[in-house]
Amino acid sequence: MSSTFETVANIIAETCDIPRENITPESHAIDDLGIDSLDFLDIAFAIDKAFGIKLPLESWTQEVNEGKATTEQYFVLKNLCARIDELIAAKSA
Amino acid sequence: MRLEYFQMVDKVLALDLEARTLRTANTVPDKSPIFEGHFPGHPLLPGVLLFEIMAQSCGMLLLRLHNYDRMAFLASVDKGKLRTFVTPGQVIEVFAEMVHDGSGFARLKAEGRVEGKLVCNAEVTLKTMPFPAPELRGYLLETAERIGMPMDAPAELGSSAPASAGNLTHV
Repeated sequence: MSSTFETVANIIAETCDIPRENITPESHAIDDLGIDSLDFLDIAFAIDKAFGIKLPLESWTQEVNEGKATTEQYFVLKNLCARIDELIAAKSA
Repeated sequence: MRLEYFQMVDKVLALDLEARTLRTANTVPDKSPIFEGHFPGHPLLPGVLLFEIMAQSCGMLLLRLHNYDRMAFLASVDKGKLRTFVTPGQVIEVFAEMVHDGSGFARLKAEGRVEGKLVCNAEVTLKTMPFPAPELRGYLLETAERIGMPMDAPAELGSSAPASAGNLTHV
């Protein structure tokens, strides 16, 4: 997860012009870092390209909107990175 | 093109489903109320409409790649360049290329040329979602027919997004 987090944190810092030191595994992308949905598209694009995956943003968003999941499950960075690691593992399985 | 109706794409020149590219031809009308103000004595196609032509060409490609099962909306334009004036009567040939088809969004590149000369280019991000109204899908299918979009072979969707989707703006 640590290398995944480093990559994701660097992507967020570069994409959203957020100081890298402000980005921690506990950071909530929306609530703490103030990333909006449009900026998150740029982040998702960079993550998809960096890891060769496709973040299932639509199904995540649908789950949140329907109350089946919380934003913390997908948008706290340590949780986001865990999802990314799962997608990478699923891809190579 | 019919500027007042925002019908910017006139004709499909080539579609390559495997390479995920589209070429369109788009003729700037000789007359339009837009030219009365932009500018008197020096009519120019507004630069924002060059971005719209590129965005619509990208959208036509994306819709075709998804077999018209979802709608695309312009989300952002990056690295946009307006390189020279475009005037009434000129034909803009747009080349659109899919860069990444993500979940709920897509990133594409587009460039416009007049007589082979590059006049504009940009990276376009489109947000995608199920059609919010059935008549919109019908309108776009009519548009596909009007511009001569090849519809004979279905596109391979690959790892496409689920049919139902939420809206990122609600998060």
